[in-house]
Amino acid sequence: MSRRVSVVSLRGLSKEFSRGGVVALQNIDLEIAPGEFVSLIGPSGCGKSTLLRVIGDLVEPTGGEVVVNGKSARQARLDRDYGIVFQDAVLYDWRTVAKNIALPLEMGGWNRGRRRARVGEMIELVELGGFEGHHPWQLSGGMQQRVSIARALSFDPSLLLMDEPFGALDEMTRERLNMELLRIWERARSTIVFVTHSISEAVFLSTRVVVMSARPGQITGVVEVDLPQPRNAETRGEPRFFELVTEVRERLRAGGLDTAGEGGEEELIAAEEGL
Amino acid sequence: MPVMASAAVATERWSILSADRVRRGASQGAMLLGVLAGLWALWEGFKWFGEAVDLKIGVFVVDDRTLPHLHSIVARLFEPTAVGDRLLTVLLEAALFTAKEAAVGFAMGAAIGFLIAIVLVHSGLLQRGLLPYIVASQTIPILAVAPMVVVWLGGRGLPGWFSVAVIAAYLTFFPVAINTLRGLQSADPRALELMQSYAASRWAILWKLRVPASLPYLFAAFKISATASIVGAIIGELPAGIQDGLGGAILNFNQYYASSPDDLWATNLIAALLGLSFFLLIVLAERLIVRRAPEHVA
Ligand SMILES: Nc1ncnc2c1ncn2[C@@H]1O[C@H](COP(=O)(O)OP(=O)(O)OP(=O)(O)O)[C@@H](O)[C@H]1O
Ligand SMILES: [Mg+2]
Repeated sequence: MSRRVSVVSLRGLSKEFSRGGVVALQNIDLEIAPGEFVSLIGPSGCGKSTLLRVIGDLVEPTGGEVVVNGKSARQARLDRDYGIVFQDAVLYDWRTVAKNIALPLEMGGWNRGRRRARVGEMIELVELGGFEGHHPWQLSGGMQQRVSIARALSFDPSLLLMDEPFGALDEMTRERLNMELLRIWERARSTIVFVTHSISEAVFLSTRVVVMSARPGQITGVVEVDLPQPRNAETRGEPRFFELVTEVRERLRAGGLDTAGEGGEEELIAAEEGL
Repeated sequence: MPVMASAAVATERWSILSADRVRRGASQGAMLLGVLAGLWALWEGFKWFGEAVDLKIGVFVVDDRTLPHLHSIVARLFEPTAVGDRLLTVLLEAALFTAKEAAVGFAMGAAIGFLIAIVLVHSGLLQRGLLPYIVASQTIPILAVAPMVVVWLGGRGLPGWFSVAVIAAYLTFFPVAINTLRGLQSADPRALELMQSYAASRWAILWKLRVPASLPYLFAAFKISATASIVGAIIGELPAGIQDGLGGAILNFNQYYASSPDDLWATNLIAALLGLSFFLLIVLAERLIVRRAPEHVA
């Protein structure tokens, strides 16, 4: 395996919010190589979203170093190196599906013709043909999230930051979008940092699962996911899949806060305090 | 194909929605007629009751002078005035004149209010420093400001109607400034983060996010300001000594109220209709411009 420069490199990273004096992140070290699919999992409030925001230079760390694509997080943001997807789609109501997807392209100064062509490709990629002219409120939650993914992918960022993108969706839609996301990831050869509350989702999608614990937010374990690529519907039935799910769950438990559900339910019911 | 199926479902939903829209339009029309009939019944009922029981409220008595029949007010519109033209023609000309003052005032006020909001949204310091004075400006009664404006601007050789427009603008800019500021601040914080992630300039954030997000607020303000600008124009005509508008007509007919009360009431009716048409114009513009989820429309 050739050791190229890391896409994301965090060294001794910490973040304390002055308001309330919450230590959201403490001493985080993490290297993410090109083409990796890294999931962050941990109890509610352990700083997953904050970590993603720090990588995206949307929040300033209070200590440590963040390097993205070999430059400062700020420079990476200014160079539009990453695309971001939030838990809910955050679409602009006044724009159609096509125009929402075109937003980052407009910001990047693409001309009309190139924008049109790219939006067309993206619509096809997320299977929203026929909905180009619809407004967000005319779409289902899953369709909205697909628009938001298309928007994040439209300008071909080398890094994709996803904060619980499928958290609000039903199980079936979620599994379908999981497959779509993997397909996109394989095709685009991009690097993905993915926050989730679902252990099975993390194992199914990732090449590596990073387990975090709360108060202060720390990395308590890293699980390498050695399931064969490409993943498919059968992957979820493999014995190795269950072993890895169990391993992640143990790590979470060791981290102190875990209340995984019974009977094959892999949902990490997060501790509800503070939310 | 699931995608095709869902597209079909969606189009179907749309056609149902537009059928809904027709039904809603019809029921709105029926509602309007109902309200008009109700107002008519209230007016005539009160008049009938007051005359029947000899109602006296202080010096106010109910008779054909204080409360003419609605049909006689409407009928008066189609009778000739002393000048020869029908009253309706005279009043419509006056309304047109006032509408010009109000429209120019509205445009100036809206532009100024919008600019103030854009400046304030970018500086917390200015917001804290200036907002109190902007609010204070509205506590000065318009009747106190109007003569000064007329004298100042008249002294600079500007036409009287322009002074009136400035007075209308004074009433217009405030709701626009306050509401636009709220609207510009209403953008979803994650939408702002999204713009940051695109390394968007302040300018781009303003025009692609803040301003579109503020439109429902802006139109709410326009609805208030549209009618306020008419009131401002009518009041402004009085100290400006302008005879050609509705304000002049009201002043004039006031003097002859004892002999022909219908004239003043008819003028009021036209003034109300002018305010209403300004309001409806804003509603129409909003329908055309603001693209939002139906439940978000202010
Ligand atoms: N802007 C802020 N100001 C103050 N405290 C904050 C802020 N944002 C986050 N925090 C705190 O930082 C901690 C981590 O928050 P964060 O949103 O990163 O958690 P999370 O792991 O994403 O949780 P969840 O799984 O519920 O989304 C929490 O205790 C939260 O209260
Ligand atoms: Mg979060």
